Amino acid sequence: MTDLTDLTLVEARRRLDAGDFTAVELTEAHLTGIEAGAGLNAYITVTGERALEMARAADARRARGESLPLDGLPVAVKDLFCTEGVATTAASHILDGFVPTYESHVTQRLWQAGAVMLGKTNLDEFAMGSANLTSYYGAVENPWRADDAPDTPLVPGGSSGGSAAAVAARLALAATGTDTGGSIRQPSAYTGIVGLKPTYGRCSRWGIVAFASSFDQAGPMTRSVADAGLMLSSMAGHDPRDSTSADRPVPDFAAAAGGDLRGLKIGLPREFRRDGLSAEVDATWRAGAEWLRDAGAEVVEVSLPHTPYALAAYYILAPAEASSNLARYDGVRYGLRVDGDSLEEMYAKTRAAGFGAEVQRRIMIGTYVLSAGYYDAYYRKAQRVRQLIRQDFDSALNEVDALLAPTTPGPAFAVDAPPTDPVEMYLLDVFTVTGNLAGLPCLSVPAGLTGQGLPLGLQVLGRPWDEEMVLRVGAALERAADFSHRPASNGGRR
Amino acid sequence: MSLDKATVREIARLARIDVPDQGLDAMVGDLNGILAWVEALNELDTAAVEPLANVTGHDLPARADTVTDGDDAARVLANAPDPIDSFFAVPKVVE
Repeated sequence: MTDLTDLTLVEARRRLDAGDFTAVELTEAHLTGIEAGAGLNAYITVTGERALEMARAADARRARGESLPLDGLPVAVKDLFCTEGVATTAASHILDGFVPTYESHVTQRLWQAGAVMLGKTNLDEFAMGSANLTSYYGAVENPWRADDAPDTPLVPGGSSGGSAAAVAARLALAATGTDTGGSIRQPSAYTGIVGLKPTYGRCSRWGIVAFASSFDQAGPMTRSVADAGLMLSSMAGHDPRDSTSADRPVPDFAAAAGGDLRGLKIGLPREFRRDGLSAEVDATWRAGAEWLRDAGAEVVEVSLPHTPYALAAYYILAPAEASSNLARYDGVRYGLRVDGDSLEEMYAKTRAAGFGAEVQRRIMIGTYVLSAGYYDAYYRKAQRVRQLIRQDFDSALNEVDALLAPTTPGPAFAVDAPPTDPVEMYLLDVFTVTGNLAGLPCLSVPAGLTGQGLPLGLQVLGRPWDEEMVLRVGAALERAADFSHRPASNGGRR
Repeated sequence: MSLDKATVREIARLARIDVPDQGLDAMVGDLNGILAWVEALNELDTAAVEPLANVTGHDLPARADTVTDGDDAARVLANAPDPIDSFFAVPKVVE
């Protein structure tokens, strides 16, 4: 019998329906795996009892012939989604002791679809980071190791690094992530899994701890493209409590992950070729283009001329929004409080003790670019550049059905040798932020390994609301890449 | 444009973050590094470009101006570090 933790959502659902095993057995197998894999530090909170309770309910429903779309499938939740009665930390000291009295819209929908909550996964503090090194709860380890350095722990990417490590190491069948500048796709690429950032507005932001509200978008992290579609169909949907949540029908996204690409035109953005692209990433990208040609697509070069300005615009806009969103952490209503002689002093001491260095940096930058006299020079300017980037995509996607690009400039790096300069760390998001600036659906699919045995991802970007096209192209990549490698911590090469 | 220590201290005050003196130099360096990098945007002439804040282009919906919840002090205060009765307590602000 196949290891129960090694299944896709689609396979696990089929075999639960066939009675091969129960949801309780499937959940227990994962809880055992989570215990064995605790060294990865992928979870901040494990909700074993709740998981078994939810699994028993799923088994009971199935016995009555009432099975739901995700019934009995154990998933992990990034600890940025508020979960009623379960501590929610955003991996920050400032949310010490915070237990939400409400459930986020996205997780509510997952539980309504029958999914089983295994626990809350680690992340960069407030989702600000690209290596999962800024968590108050410690770094997450990537389950993969390089062949030439098998004893060196690597980062899983960020910010959804715990979710990525958990899914890659078989500590969950799938997980939720959020993506503000690449936080689903970049860790997915680093850990050899599939990550989908939907169109901005596809999933409600209600109950998700806010980072940069005009970018934040929830999405699935899975081990197959069809799974990403299956999970998104249960996460998406209109929610009046988020004014940017789209009131449009949610298709059966899993059904979109298939078919050939005859008649489609795929663009390769030529400006992506310049940003210090490694030979291995370039070769993977070329291979991906070839696979899409083999699947019947016409592949052409397109231009996104303002790409070189995307990161700078993002690192003005996202900190500006963050400085505003994070103003709510004041030691008064929830979380950490550090006493002071005055109200002002209590605020300043609480925020100094509660926020880590990267979060403080971003709040400071955001405060500065929004301050009187600098608003037009920085914030307005960046919003204008955002418009140019959106227009680039509009005209490119007028010519082609989707775009193909690398997800990251290189593979995962060592936990103890990250870029030391903040700007150098920001450059890791170079291929992902443009999709957030334009609000497009973007999917990262594992495409191959480097010479040292580390996963690389390819990214498909599509028109707004056309997740189905992105999944269709992604599924063709997945078929051609036939990525069946496994990470070291799960019996793979090391 | 380069920030000096006094400006960074003022930003920290606006952001309500207590930055100790020994942390100020590092903060000045980091912020200036980031600001120097984003200066690249000035290469673009954007005078005729409309700022983009809302990527979906939807008009924000207005809901009926009615009370939809409330009278729930226990839940609102459930996470308060220092609740007194049905209030959040803070240090004295009026002498």
